[in-house]
Amino acid sequence: MGTTQSGIHRGRLAPTEYETNFSDLHPRLDDHEALVAADRCYFCHDAPCMTACPTSIDIPLFIRQISTGNPIGSAKTIFDQNILGGMCARVCPTETLCEQACVRNTAEHRPVEIGRLQRYATDVAMTENKHFYERAARTGKAVAVVGAGPAGLACAHRLAMNGHDVVIFEAREKAGGLNEYGIATYKAVDDFAQAEVDYVLSIGGIEVKNGLKLGRDFTLADLTANFDAVFLGMGLAGVNALGAEGENLPGVVDAVDFIAELRQATDKATIPVGRRVVVIGGGMTAIDAAVQAKLLGAEEVTICYRRGKEHMNASEFEQDLATSKGVMIRHWLQPKRVIARDGHVAGIEVEYTEMRDGKLTGTGETGVLAADQIFKAIGQTFEAGGLGSLAMAGNRIAIDAEGRTSIANVWAGGDCVKAGEDLTVTSVAQGRDAADSINRMLAAGAQPAVAVA
Amino acid sequence: MADLRNTFVGIKSPNPFWLASAPPTDKAYNVERAFKAGWGGVVWKTLGEEGPPVVNVNGPRYGAIWGADRRLLGLNNIELITDRDLYTNLREMKQVKMNWPDRALIASIMVPCEEESWKAILPLVEETGADGIELNFGCPHGMSERGMGAAVGQVPEYIEMVVRWCKQYTRMPVITKLTPNITDIRKPARAAKAGGTDAVSLINTINSIVSVDLDNFAPNPTVGGKGTHGGYCGPAVKPIALNMVAEIARDPETYGLPISGIGGITTWHDAAEFLALGAGNVQVCTAAMTYGFKIVQEMITGLSSWMDAKGHRSLDDIIARAVPNVTDWQYLNLNYIAKARIDQDACIKCGRCHIACEDTSHQAITQFVDGIRHFEVMEDECVGCNLCVNVCPVENCITMVGLEPGVLDQRTGKPVDPNYANWTTHPNNPMAKQAAE
Ligand SMILES: Cc1cc2nc3c(=O)[nH]c(=O)nc-3n(C[C@H](O)[C@H](O)[C@H](O)COP(=O)(O)OP(=O)(O)OC[C@H]3O[C@@H](n4cnc5c(N)ncnc54)[C@H](O)[C@@H]3O)c2cc1C
Ligand SMILES: Cc1cc2nc3c(=O)[nH]c(=O)nc-3n(C[C@H](O)[C@H](O)[C@H](O)COP(=O)(O)O)c2cc1C
Ligand code: SF4
Ligand code: SF4
Ligand code: SF4
Repeated sequence: MGTTQSGIHRGRLAPTEYETNFSDLHPRLDDHEALVAADRCYFCHDAPCMTACPTSIDIPLFIRQISTGNPIGSAKTIFDQNILGGMCARVCPTETLCEQACVRNTAEHRPVEIGRLQRYATDVAMTENKHFYERAARTGKAVAVVGAGPAGLACAHRLAMNGHDVVIFEAREKAGGLNEYGIATYKAVDDFAQAEVDYVLSIGGIEVKNGLKLGRDFTLADLTANFDAVFLGMGLAGVNALGAEGENLPGVVDAVDFIAELRQATDKATIPVGRRVVVIGGGMTAIDAAVQAKLLGAEEVTICYRRGKEHMNASEFEQDLATSKGVMIRHWLQPKRVIARDGHVAGIEVEYTEMRDGKLTGTGETGVLAADQIFKAIGQTFEAGGLGSLAMAGNRIAIDAEGRTSIANVWAGGDCVKAGEDLTVTSVAQGRDAADSINRMLAAGAQPAVAVA
Repeated sequence: MADLRNTFVGIKSPNPFWLASAPPTDKAYNVERAFKAGWGGVVWKTLGEEGPPVVNVNGPRYGAIWGADRRLLGLNNIELITDRDLYTNLREMKQVKMNWPDRALIASIMVPCEEESWKAILPLVEETGADGIELNFGCPHGMSERGMGAAVGQVPEYIEMVVRWCKQYTRMPVITKLTPNITDIRKPARAAKAGGTDAVSLINTINSIVSVDLDNFAPNPTVGGKGTHGGYCGPAVKPIALNMVAEIARDPETYGLPISGIGGITTWHDAAEFLALGAGNVQVCTAAMTYGFKIVQEMITGLSSWMDAKGHRSLDDIIARAVPNVTDWQYLNLNYIAKARIDQDACIKCGRCHIACEDTSHQAITQFVDGIRHFEVMEDECVGCNLCVNVCPVENCITMVGLEPGVLDQRTGKPVDPNYANWTTHPNNPMAKQAAE
């Protein structure tokens, strides 16, 4: 039995409840389940699912390999396109990607379970410690990668494959980026993120330097001076402010920090959570924070989003997951003022909103939601120093179709660039493609062109 | 309600569903349960000679192939005839027949190909009150190595000889069970008829190696490191069985000879197909071995609802109804022209029809139209082969539409000829018969 006290407390649940609550959301299919699921695939020609995958994995082929009892070959098909196929299998919003495009979704509103099949094959290969790639002969070229998130890792792996020496500069203590610090606990159990980092790095030729931050410990100019090429994959380090009075009160927390702390805690019972929690935002981060607050034992969790359901960035599936866990999602509400009692959060005043002349406007009608804890999840921002004259586009790094930035020999990809959705799989695709572009440049020994003036 | 009562070579049963001679009919215990479940008749597991019974292997005797979700599609076995004492079987048969007078009970027999052996066993069987006998000329493994089963069934002269002995030494109706392990099934059927058989039943199992164990490099089922060919049965053999039944049904020499249809019958629909192709009743083995005896309830109710829906009152209304429509290739109408047509509302855009036609057939289905993924048949290329229909995962999405006479066939640029014309008169046929002037 835990505690039901008001305020922010740890140990709200009994120890076994934590274990159940944070267990694998979609456990790996067993062999038979995988065969049955794989059998539903039609092996489409020029398959729509494949087109919908940002990394263009050959889905019909890998599923057919599963159905013929060849999960190892299947895993290779996946990794050929996406070396982080294991994590993507767990975290991709498949309902808006491959599975949405699956023809069986058209046929009977039940797509082939592509994500779970991908997890099955990659799990088999990774637990059997099967490695498919060897480094090419060393080229003597050195590439610096900033950030060990999905984009940086995918880029580094492809570069190492081509024989280049890679050094990854990572600000945090561990590699993995948001795979390690952001993804919801129940999507990546058993320390999968680190296992995957090890799997990726085992190709050799990649050195990860932790605790080194661009803008604090070195500049982009230092890197371009010392390396043949640079890839920037720093993600989004900043968080948007609420712009509401009282947002610095104790008890008002960045959702990403809360999630990171939770991910890092070996014992989830040590993470304190409010009895009543309000989450401000409408994306994946808001959902993950709300669901996990609930799973930690918060009695009442409410997401407040300032627009309608159809505008939420979180997918339908994510929203359903939240409501199934007992999270209440409220729309057309914006934060106005955090209410304090004894120097602590006691509630939040919110205002109803509406679309007026195509603009979101407060209606003037307000109300108060009682809360011990408030999570801010209204978006991350690009934040980095030491970039010199690097050209930006809409507050993120500007790139061309190959991932080249405005500075010679500097590429970028992942959340920190202005392109594609902010997803793990998109970041992998961009990191991989940038590596191919870098490799082409290095192989040609050509003078690099400056893409974005 | 349709009348499912069946009379086959004078043997009456409440429905046309019999259990074939095999493990389900091995002893009184099973047969009692089968009759309770509703089976119309059984052919008792094949009896052998008096004396020490045959022995079976003590390792695995079945192998299988599976479809999705491990649905059993084909079964293979290396079992022999009954491994129980002759008199035990006879005693049980007599008791069961007494308990179930309205059901058919047939004795399957396999003894050496010598007159004395047959002469000896027939009176013993007759004494049980069995309704008839079935001569097992089919078993393709083990028994055939000893000169019985398929070894007899593959030599029409032996068949004729044994059938004649049986007709001579018993008053019971004789059903001759044929092996499919032969090139032309009409030959053994004709021989059986010549010997005086009352009916034929077919098919017995097909020689097969069902799979190979790639860890041990041995056929499955593997008995102590080695395997042997076995008899194949179950849904996978149905098409082969249907053809053999039809061949006998339409052969002028055996036309009208009663046939008990066997081979892969799993549902009422399968059974109805056998009946339509000329079987007077059907026998089932693998389906019962896969799902238990209860499946007969689906068969009975399914057949009866379909007959009701179609207005067929009794089995005679459907038996052999499809036989006149089975013909030789040379008599098919070459002036009949069909084209595939895709229902765009039903199409889920999987692209399978396109790639099948494009890679392996006639390049007659689009993939893109105006840059949009769109699958449509190009009638000027379509030869009407039906491949796309068969590979399309959506039922009734692609249909074959016959062109009306006079309509332009865009592929040939000629209008459809209303007259029937087949290969025998076709100008490309060097052997074409000139129309008699
Ligand atoms: C809470 C949350 C949940 C999410 N859930 C999902 C999900 O379920 N599915 C999904 O597809 N996507 C999800 N996303 C998005 C996904 O995590 C990101 O799109 C993806 O991780 C971006 O990869 P990246 O490599 O560009 O950046 P990141 O993963 O952010 O990695 C950037 C790395 O760079 C390091 N770094 C940053 N600045 C510097 C610097 N100055 N110097 C050196 N190193 C630096 C960081 O420490 C980090 O390791 C989620 C995001 C969040 C925040
Ligand atoms: C294990 C097994 C044993 C069989 N034993 C006999 C037998 O003793 N005598 C016989 O005539 N047929 C025997 N058969 C063949 C069946 O009676 C039947 O002809 C064949 O299985 C095809 O029918 P099905 O597809 O419904 O199984 C046996 C079949 C199996 C599977
Ligand atoms: S669209 Fe669906 S059915 Fe077609 S290949 Fe992809 S997963 Fe298989
Ligand atoms: S019927 Fe045959 S030729 Fe015509 S479209 Fe279909 S596959 Fe092609
Ligand atoms: S096979 Fe059937 S469903 Fe698939 S594209 Fe062709 S017509 Fe459409």
